[in-house]
Amino acid sequence: MPAFADVNTGDALPELVKSPDRSQLVKYAAGSGDFNPLHFDPDFPQAQQIGDNIVHGRMKYASLGELVSNWLGHSGWVRSISCQYRGMDMRGATFTCKGQVTAKREDGGQKIVELEVWTEDTQGARTTPGTATVVLRA
Amino acid sequence: MAESFEITDEMRALVGVESESWTHEVTTTSVRAFARGVGYTDPVYFDEAEARKAGYSSLPAPPTYLGTPVFIPGRSNDTFSGPRPTGPTLNHGLPGLLDGGTETIYERPIVAGDVLNVTTKLADLEVKQSRGLGVMLISTTETICRDAHTGDLVARQRAQAIFY
Repeated sequence: MPAFADVNTGDALPELVKSPDRSQLVKYAAGSGDFNPLHFDPDFPQAQQIGDNIVHGRMKYASLGELVSNWLGHSGWVRSISCQYRGMDMRGATFTCKGQVTAKREDGGQKIVELEVWTEDTQGARTTPGTATVVLRA
Repeated sequence: MAESFEITDEMRALVGVESESWTHEVTTTSVRAFARGVGYTDPVYFDEAEARKAGYSSLPAPPTYLGTPVFIPGRSNDTFSGPRPTGPTLNHGLPGLLDGGTETIYERPIVAGDVLNVTTKLADLEVKQSRGLGVMLISTTETICRDAHTGDLVARQRAQAIFY
């Protein structure tokens, strides 16, 4: 649980490693309502074209949310979170959610921390770069 | 690969037109389903006693989760679960589609028990040239979530779709 006074620019967030298999992608489809077969059906033509099912971009986005949530430990709340989908991650492949503090400031009594967040594949490519702004309680 | 593309007046006329409102529910069951789907292990998203200990009135919505749209066969999209559009839609004729990016801006945390009135609108249209995909149409859709009881803005989400 970070306290505002102890947060510094450059601090790294604890990494979150994911390798979603088909059953996990089915669970995400059910939880999110996105039933595009590209993400879980091996017979879906587009999946065959690509070579496998691919992880939902929005699941990687939500995973970046989990990265931030794990770091926050409910000592504040997420004011905004964004990402861009730059590259595909295949079913079962490992990607790692990473982040670091880029700035902190007080604004109208609110303790605000800016974060850079991203997912990285095993080759080190940032497939889902983004940012988040959190408000700390203390 | 498209060689050229022009945004027509008909397309431009859709920018800024807000859709009819649709209900999104945030329930303990829907929060658990989403958190489980993402792979959370934090008990605060699953166990109400833990959520209360962490200062919430019930299970908090994980970041990026804006509730589950009420599903009604025939009125909802069977694949993506959202409401089918009732107004005119963007008729661009480009076959390819990629998700470009997503941004969510919250006015307050969302928690189980919230009922959201959700509208969408086309916020922007832009044509760009890409080396790999040729001419691309980038549409930005804004989703606006309001508290169903108070009418207050709760969150906005901007999503980019890339048509090519």
